[in-house]
Amino acid sequence: MTVLSLRGISKTFGAVAALTDIELDVAAGQVVAVVGDNGAGKSTLVKILSGVHPPDSGTITFEGRAVEIPSPAAAHRLGIATVFQDLALCENLDVVQNLFLGQEIRPLRLNDVAMETRSWELLRQLSAKIPSVRVPVAALSGGQRQTVAIARSLLGDPKVIILDEPTAALGVAQTAEVLNLVERLRENGLGVIMISHNMADVKAVADTVAVLRLGRNNGVFDVDSVSAEDIIAAITGATDNVVARRAQRGQS
Amino acid sequence: MTTVATDRQDERLRHREGLRGALAGVVERARGGDLGVIPVVVGLIVIWSVFQILNPIFLSSANLVNLTLESAAVGVIALGIVCVLLVGQIDLSVGSVSGLSGAVLAVLFVGEGLPVWLAIAAAVLMGAAVGWIYGQLFNRFGVPSFVITLAGLLAFLGLQLYVLGTKGSINLPFDSGLVNFAQLDFVPAWLSYTLAVVAAAGLFVTGYLHARERRRAGLSARGVPVLALRSVALLAVLAFVVWYLGQTRGVGWMFVFFVALVLIMHYLLSRTKWGRAVYAVGGNVEAARRAGINVRAVYTSVFVLCSTFAAVGGILAAARLAAANQSSGAGDVNLNAIAAAVIGGTSLFGGRGTAFGALLGIIVIQSISSGLTLLNLDSSIRFVVTGAVLLLAVIVDSVSRRSRTSHGRA
Repeated sequence: MTVLSLRGISKTFGAVAALTDIELDVAAGQVVAVVGDNGAGKSTLVKILSGVHPPDSGTITFEGRAVEIPSPAAAHRLGIATVFQDLALCENLDVVQNLFLGQEIRPLRLNDVAMETRSWELLRQLSAKIPSVRVPVAALSGGQRQTVAIARSLLGDPKVIILDEPTAALGVAQTAEVLNLVERLRENGLGVIMISHNMADVKAVADTVAVLRLGRNNGVFDVDSVSAEDIIAAITGATDNVVARRAQRGQS
Repeated sequence: MTTVATDRQDERLRHREGLRGALAGVVERARGGDLGVIPVVVGLIVIWSVFQILNPIFLSSANLVNLTLESAAVGVIALGIVCVLLVGQIDLSVGSVSGLSGAVLAVLFVGEGLPVWLAIAAAVLMGAAVGWIYGQLFNRFGVPSFVITLAGLLAFLGLQLYVLGTKGSINLPFDSGLVNFAQLDFVPAWLSYTLAVVAAAGLFVTGYLHARERRRAGLSARGVPVLALRSVALLAVLAFVVWYLGQTRGVGWMFVFFVALVLIMHYLLSRTKWGRAVYAVGGNVEAARRAGINVRAVYTSVFVLCSTFAAVGGILAAARLAAANQSSGAGDVNLNAIAAAVIGGTSLFGGRGTAFGALLGIIVIQSISSGLTLLNLDSSIRFVVTGAVLLLAVIVDSVSRRSRTSHGRA
């Protein structure tokens, strides 16, 4: 079942057409990887979906209704959660405090017990490997921080979660951890949009790959039936390019 | 029976149970650069020992009573400084604002003959208005707070001189309730002991209820022995303080008022959504904004709070002196308030510190000041020593911050 679908989304910044006639569909329990070169419009797409920029034209359909997303709060209310690349965590606060930041239970007499219990539930749900929720986020590794950021986005029971380059700054083991997490999100029936540069990650967890090139759709592929070379060809816009030539040279 | 508490199931966690575990935890945190109150307490012991050796009157009950009364005014100002430092900003004008507040109070109360409560309310409101202006300037124009408040330092000093007029000094009548409150009103012995018992019992009860709630929710919790020991220790300390100060005049109401403010601020900072927002803004403004916190409102509230506390401190100082004059709030008031906050463990980098820091810090500052006065050293040396102690506190802050980073406790 399709949760979120975009039709004809366009966005211009001054003279630059950042996005033109974009189409994208995300179903519940599906991981859609959005790939593209620098300047392909990935970040703009994320910002439109998370309510940072409204689109100039086009329709967004969420759970069968046409919706508008004028602000981050509106996105949150709809059930679209975004985990930005820089995570936006407060290093001086502990995991529970970060998870509930801005949406604490009982504002005038904080209910730490309830918040801690709920935090453990969330982290269990993600099978997250965080030893203690009472350590400052500064004490956590990159993968654990990513986990905290994802767990926080799950607090509002979202239907769609957008991950912006979730593995960009991570090591091998931590990347694997985050990919496990993405699979867990899929198992929990969420629609996941994963922005990525990394073909290996895309092949590992995504169900479909949507390629953007210069602000336009450049193909949607089923991951199982497409090779990394084809995706790269779609990203760069040609089969005859420096990457393909290198690959051929390697084969011959 | 043992089901492992929800937060203790990870096999990598080292388990600490009971009293010994609690102690071991403290030692380990300190090694990791999370020094807490240790440097202040050690510093205080050193300072007190040195001054006691140099002048045996220093630790006498009479002098300590004086010390508590002297620390209340600047302590209240330091409490406000803790709040602005927590969001990573600074207010350099608290001295001037406190002086202006004293002048406004004196002019309205003595000059205009208004009732004292009205004069106090006006002075406090004036302080709040100053903070609100700072907040607006900071939010709208994005000017660094140290520049805004530096401008305020000079402007409000000028306003203070203007309000006081040509006389330059206004005495408050000695028989007014305000002056009595600051100079002569002491808590009766029975009430002091009762308050000490109430505080210890309160600590135990809140701790016990919290532990019970945690246990019910399947989380680990402090055991009764730890809680009891903590309360008994607090009771012993408070009872000793009350007894020792009671040898002469006792505990002043003004000091109790200051401690009450500290407790209220502690609650607001640690147990409310607003307090969480303050720490979050100090830790990472952008993250706080994305979490839906109204960052501008937090900044404004903190500036208002700081200036209001400065005004209250100014009123207490005027009451203590029974006068407001041109040098009220001048000299080292500013620096003492900031030094007290920093010495009390509030980080200049934002996001770290507690309300109790103001209490501990001001006692250190006031001890130095009192000790040097007893040695008949004049203010020139006092300035140098206070400056050196402030520098030391800032160095401890920076070093422990670095250590925290390397031990993953930033």
